[in-house]
Amino acid sequence: MPAATSLDVTAIREDFPILAQQVHGKPLVYLDNAATSQKPKCVVEALTHFYLMDNANIHRGVHQLSERSTKAYDAARAKVRRFLNAAEAREIIFVRGATEGINLVAQTYGRTHVGAGDEVVISALEHHSNIVPWQMLCEEKGAALRVIPINDRGEVEFDQFEKLLNRRTRLVAVSHVSNALGTINPVREIVKSAHGWNVPVLIDGAQAVPHMRVDVRNLDCDFYVFSGHKVFGPTGIGVLYGREKLLEDMPPYQGGGDMIRSVTFEKTTYNELPYKFEAGTPDIAGVIGLGAAIDYLDQIGMDAVAAHEHDLLEYGTTELESISGLRLIGTAREKAGVLSFVIDGVHPHDAGTILDREGVAVRTGHHCAQPVMDRFGVSATTRASLAFYNTREEIDALVAGIHKVKEVFGV
Amino acid sequence: MINDLYQETILDHSKRPRNFRLLEDANRKAEGYNPLCGDKCAVFLKESNGVIDKVTFQGAGCAISTASASLMTEVLKGKTIADAEALLGKFHDLLTTDQPLPKDLGKLAVFSGVREFPARVKCATLAWHALRAALRGGGEAVSTE
Repeated sequence: MPAATSLDVTAIREDFPILAQQVHGKPLVYLDNAATSQKPKCVVEALTHFYLMDNANIHRGVHQLSERSTKAYDAARAKVRRFLNAAEAREIIFVRGATEGINLVAQTYGRTHVGAGDEVVISALEHHSNIVPWQMLCEEKGAALRVIPINDRGEVEFDQFEKLLNRRTRLVAVSHVSNALGTINPVREIVKSAHGWNVPVLIDGAQAVPHMRVDVRNLDCDFYVFSGHKVFGPTGIGVLYGREKLLEDMPPYQGGGDMIRSVTFEKTTYNELPYKFEAGTPDIAGVIGLGAAIDYLDQIGMDAVAAHEHDLLEYGTTELESISGLRLIGTAREKAGVLSFVIDGVHPHDAGTILDREGVAVRTGHHCAQPVMDRFGVSATTRASLAFYNTREEIDALVAGIHKVKEVFGV
Repeated sequence: MINDLYQETILDHSKRPRNFRLLEDANRKAEGYNPLCGDKCAVFLKESNGVIDKVTFQGAGCAISTASASLMTEVLKGKTIADAEALLGKFHDLLTTDQPLPKDLGKLAVFSGVREFPARVKCATLAWHALRAALRGGGEAVSTE
């Protein structure tokens, strides 16, 4: 059955040669997009072109190649600014991924603003990357980590969140979309409440940016992080958006080249934004590849992406719910991209192995979100996660694969 | 192919694990943990004069890890510690090499299919990691990583 959206998925799939292959003699059905997304040809070509034709260090040489690579690098930053609708390109800091972005904020903003007896608020939906950096900070400073509870659907309990805010709260860090369940958090409302206490908010957008239009000025958030490889770009590159005023006041993260204005053994003057936070030669090719991925998404349109995936999610939810013995974990009213489930009498790892033999790639395990698993009383789930290049036929293949799992296990 | 992995014996032991209980009079025990999937397996031994009199396990895991632990407890009963160590080595070879199947594996030969599924080798060895820790003392949880 064709999807009821305007996206020409057949044409789009031509841009992703990796999808047109067989595994174990079956057509590949790639439903592990929340772990990492596939790359369109234009991204791979941008990387190849950079290394074959333009490779040089940036912001250094006076020569032609350095000018070209610097131009391409700076252009990519401008693309990211536009993609997130940030006010200024200097609010876009390139990092290795969402994880490093969170650690940067914890180690700079966090270490200067969080002290003994203070509190940092996260949610029960967080990926380990948005838990551990704050635990480390709180342990070092003698601060407390407070956790917004979630309900049985996997939604944050907003009234409980508002009760957690107090005069000791120094920062709120929440995911935009949960990687394990797909819940879309009411981040705009969270920011509004936190700002009522003058508390800044970091949003982990790793699982949101691939699926929907993100506007950091509309969200009014103070920090926003995402990873390039989950948004059809290369691995090893990610973005931290930070409100200029906050970034200006923060100490540097790492010391080195590029982040300084002048160095003597007595005194170093730090460079201006964004370079203050980009010590050393960055992942130039990665940045350029990410820029190419953003160009590609601009062409398709994030609204069309969101509409197509919404259709797939609705279809998949209905299809999976009709399978006896299957329980969806995470049934939030607002969801994006994720179908997480357990099957009675079958451990997710066994389901994952059997699905793989049917050509269906899914993630099984705790998805680096063990507290979420504990909340639902499971040790692991099977997670199918979507991208705009997926189709209803692929959901059908997942459903057929689940029936095969049940057949092997006699359940 | 998939049925080479999920053989009847494995499915049977995963659904009805044998010796699946705490052993009150154990004099050796150890826990195995696979941090990648969260699977846990505690192995309890009652050993006297170098002979394993009783062996049980507890834990939560996939069909492969549960069946492996269950069959392990069956084959170990009455074995000497030296025999158990030797079996451990053979079982590991069974899973990780492409050599012809080691002899004298008895029921454990049903795990030969795991070879074709490298991602699942750690599931099959979890209980055996715990066994090795129990035999060699220490008592700390061991990790497959």
